[in-house]
Amino acid sequence: MLRLIGTRALLGVATLFAVSVLIFVCTQILPGDVASAVLGNQATPEALAVFRKELGLDQPATVRYFNWFLGAIQGDLGKALTNGRVIIDEIKPRFYNTMFLAGYSALIAVPLSVGLGIIAAIREGRMIDRMSNVLTLMTISVPEFFIGYVLIILFAVNLPWFPSLATVYDEMPISERFYVATLPALTLTMLVAAHMLRMTRTSVLSIMSSPYIEMAFLKGLPRSRVVVRHALPNAAAPIITVIALNLAYLVVGVVVVEAVFTYPGVGQYMVDAVSKRDVPVVQACGLLFAGVFVGLNTLADIAAILVNPRLRHKR
Amino acid sequence: MAETETKQPILTIRGLVVETIIGVRLVDRIDVTLQRGEVLGLIGESGAGKSTIGLAAMCYARAGCRIAGGVVDIDGSDVRMLDAAGRRDVRGRRIAYIAQSAAAAFNPAHTIMDQVCEGPVQHGLMNRTEAEAWARELFRALDLPDPDNFGNKYPHQASGGQLQRAMSAMAMSCRPDILVLDEPTTALDVTTQIEVLILLKRLIREYNTAALYITHDLAVVAQVADRIKVLRHGKEVEEGTTSDVLHAPKQEYTAKLVAVRGAAASERASPATVTDKTILTVADCHASYGIVKVIDGVSLDVKHGETVAVVGESGSGKSTLARVITGLLPPTAGAITFKGATLPKALKQRSKDLKRQIQLVYQIPDVALNPRQTLHDIIGRPVQFYYGRSGNDVTDRVAELLRLVELPENYMFRKSTQLSGGQKQRICIARALAAEPDLIILDEPTSALDPLVAEEILKLLKRLQEELGLAYILITHDLDVVHRIAHRTAVMLKGQFVAFEDTETIFRGPYHPYTEKLVKAVPEMRIDWLDEALERKRVREAAEKTDSAKVA
Amino acid sequence: MLIFGHKPTISAWIGLAIIALNLGVALFGPLIAPYSESQSVGGTWEAMSPSMLLGTDQIGRDMLTRLIYGARMTIGIALVTTCISFFIGITLGFTAAVLGSWVDMALSRLVDIVLSIPLLIFALIILGVFGSSIPVLILTIAVLDSTRVFRLARALGMNLAVLEFVEAAKLRGEGTWWLISREILPNAAAPLFSEFGLRFCFNFLFVAALSFLGLGVQPPYADWGGMVRENAAAINFGLLAPIWPAVAISMLTVGVNLVVDWLLSIDARPSGAQAEL
Repeated sequence: MLRLIGTRALLGVATLFAVSVLIFVCTQILPGDVASAVLGNQATPEALAVFRKELGLDQPATVRYFNWFLGAIQGDLGKALTNGRVIIDEIKPRFYNTMFLAGYSALIAVPLSVGLGIIAAIREGRMIDRMSNVLTLMTISVPEFFIGYVLIILFAVNLPWFPSLATVYDEMPISERFYVATLPALTLTMLVAAHMLRMTRTSVLSIMSSPYIEMAFLKGLPRSRVVVRHALPNAAAPIITVIALNLAYLVVGVVVVEAVFTYPGVGQYMVDAVSKRDVPVVQACGLLFAGVFVGLNTLADIAAILVNPRLRHKR
Repeated sequence: MAETETKQPILTIRGLVVETIIGVRLVDRIDVTLQRGEVLGLIGESGAGKSTIGLAAMCYARAGCRIAGGVVDIDGSDVRMLDAAGRRDVRGRRIAYIAQSAAAAFNPAHTIMDQVCEGPVQHGLMNRTEAEAWARELFRALDLPDPDNFGNKYPHQASGGQLQRAMSAMAMSCRPDILVLDEPTTALDVTTQIEVLILLKRLIREYNTAALYITHDLAVVAQVADRIKVLRHGKEVEEGTTSDVLHAPKQEYTAKLVAVRGAAASERASPATVTDKTILTVADCHASYGIVKVIDGVSLDVKHGETVAVVGESGSGKSTLARVITGLLPPTAGAITFKGATLPKALKQRSKDLKRQIQLVYQIPDVALNPRQTLHDIIGRPVQFYYGRSGNDVTDRVAELLRLVELPENYMFRKSTQLSGGQKQRICIARALAAEPDLIILDEPTSALDPLVAEEILKLLKRLQEELGLAYILITHDLDVVHRIAHRTAVMLKGQFVAFEDTETIFRGPYHPYTEKLVKAVPEMRIDWLDEALERKRVREAAEKTDSAKVA
Repeated sequence: MLIFGHKPTISAWIGLAIIALNLGVALFGPLIAPYSESQSVGGTWEAMSPSMLLGTDQIGRDMLTRLIYGARMTIGIALVTTCISFFIGITLGFTAAVLGSWVDMALSRLVDIVLSIPLLIFALIILGVFGSSIPVLILTIAVLDSTRVFRLARALGMNLAVLEFVEAAKLRGEGTWWLISREILPNAAAPLFSEFGLRFCFNFLFVAALSFLGLGVQPPYADWGGMVRENAAAINFGLLAPIWPAVAISMLTVGVNLVVDWLLSIDARPSGAQAEL
């Protein structure tokens, strides 16, 4: 069991490494290189050579990769091409903002959707299940920005309860942060909760059709005990996977929601860099998002191992 | 008998009707009467509704079904009239259920003890300590290893036979008046099956529990039941005392069922078809899956027109042997000779014509036929592929093959999903015949079929052998089948042959100890067979005890 | 009327009608649009009126006309993307399932790594390097999305490849192409069809999201995601301009999802949760 967890953790590290290679390769396959892309067609060969040297592009790709990757794990992500600022300084406060928003949403979304998902599964085919089916189907069908704008119209324009722009600054008190980030957090919550609810329902249902559940009913146990004692312990592993998958989705969904509410997070920073084709910044943000994603998945797998009775009690 | 009839029955079912939610009748007006301490056998083919009746006796219907009518009366009160809480009170406490697959019926998240004690504690019959003590007593009565600590195991830590016994303990935990046993030994190997059967019978007698014993195997039910009810398509065929049903069946259907089990005793493979030309030789063959060695030095030969059976329990390596001969799993060592020439080990290295000459028929016809193709496509493809024929030629040949396996020609453009299990297996045989092979490997060809259907398939296989001079390698666990169609038989244990001789010789003895265990474990259709087996076991154990005492 | 041998439910009919409407508009857009694509017919964000049913956009073009032209671009890109993605995903997935060994290993590991980077983030990286144009957009999303299709196709293929009718064909000596096209594909068609609907929705929303971020379809082409972005400022005045294209997007995805939901429910058997009562 410990070995299993160790293996999984190692696999996570290996994945992260492979991901960094993939990101690096993707930024190198461009015909020509970053220097010519930035300076454009009119640049003189001399200017290009100088700029290349400045960027370290005269070195072979493997050397550049290791310089970049080793720098990245020590917190040195290089400088932005467009304005020459140190990337790590720019990213830090934004990363905090993004994680704040994602965490805020998760705090609402996880208990809400897992709870409702279990209820929907237990009451399969009843009114509450059908209603949640239609509602969640609607929610996962609409784009993030649609939910965002509808919330703005309802709760910022028609009822002026919350600001439509989620501007935060460093010295902002925490209570105010929560207040300002409410609409973006609600948008994310609706988005992720719908997915999570449906997936929770499916995994609980698949457990509810197993023979040992039938056996529990035939022992004369009340429904509540069958669910709590016999279904949920076995549903834990799939539900954990569902939560992790959706938390990862949350971190990504943040990109669009940040744009709707012009919330100063990593997503906005990355989108900005993409439209300016500022490759080092794009690389850095990509690595950061991928890292969070891989980390969450690894944690989820380890948690799923921990709650699996077959693995917890060896043969 | 007269005495029991005057007593109040513990379970009475009258006019039971169970339907699916779209209105298909699964059980049609069935009556059941069960006295205290009596065992009623419910027997029938798949789809006869026997499990549905068993569950309905607990007033339970599986998802998608409902009890549409009738009375379920347990000890004088109609359970169907009770509310949900009332029914819960009956389930587990008055009437308990033993399922076919114990491995699936135990919750993997809790220890066996937790699950065995849950019933009596939840029903308020005992506190946890009493329940545990009672559970340990049951474990001991059921011959479970280390009964004091067995309960601490999780289900995945125990073997299939142990779990089946643990489930019996779970069912007995509330000392119910009635047990519903739903094919409790079907998922087990023959040698394990008899052990569980013996214990179940002892349990039922010792605690004077009434039981509904559901099975498809007449020989099994003959050992435990006082009376037998024969069911077909959800309706009752007949009911009578066990000896009446076995010896004087009133209905033709019952008579056929009895006859099938009796046939093994008389029928033998006809020696006329066997020639002295050897077609296939396997010499000192070894094979493994990864690092797990599955076949460990097996030698075998098959003659033209001969049937060689390979018998063994699950995991003995008999199916792997089939895969080795077909080339799906290349052997790690050893040689296979086919018609005098060395057969390349891997399928890829074999020529199209070699592939044509060895055909395989699978155990489960449902998955052996592509559900999206018509029978014409399925049977016609080998004709096309091996003989390059096309158009009407193929159609004519398919029609001929359908006649050969006794199916109507106009079935040609049906899909396999529209056929019954037996018909599907005929199509599989027709597909094999389309290649005009010399050797057909039959991998448990009848074990997924109901007994009467299996009987027909066996007859067909025999006829085809006589007409076409085919050689068969028959892989099976069913000694009855072996008896009836195999000329020679190999007994396989842990990847090796413990015996390989004429079928007659094998069954006559003297036996290899493992062969004896296999042969003696097959229930015979005699009422007192199990008691004899029990007696044999007691004698053997006593002998072993005195032996070990001597050594000590 | 029967579709796939079953009678659609009411919600499935609604879904089918929505899909038909959208396809009709995408195909015959120019014939039914009241104005031409970039014709200015009024002021900024004019209100709804009989001549301009949904009002005007940020530079006075007719909103309904823009929506109709946008249908072609938005639906077209998503459809082409999904088709390419399925072609790549199914071919590679089934090949991996049938051939197994190192082919399967190599492809599966590669897909695992690609899947461990969130799709949007990966797409942003590539768009950041190549810049955004319609071919880059289509290819990027198609290749990234094909990893999801690969997973499903491989799993389906694996489950089918171990079935005995496939083994029987292998024993007969049939080649890989026969196995894939005749034995496996016909039996995987139903789940793949539902998945096509889901992947289409996903790609459709994905293109819309990228356009909304300003990284998808570039002006002057009309495209629903881009229209939301262009009209975003109207929201602060309480105007509905950005809502219309968002509604159009939502309607189509809801429609497709309703149909897929029905398709999936055909094979679903009732679970044990409702038993006992």
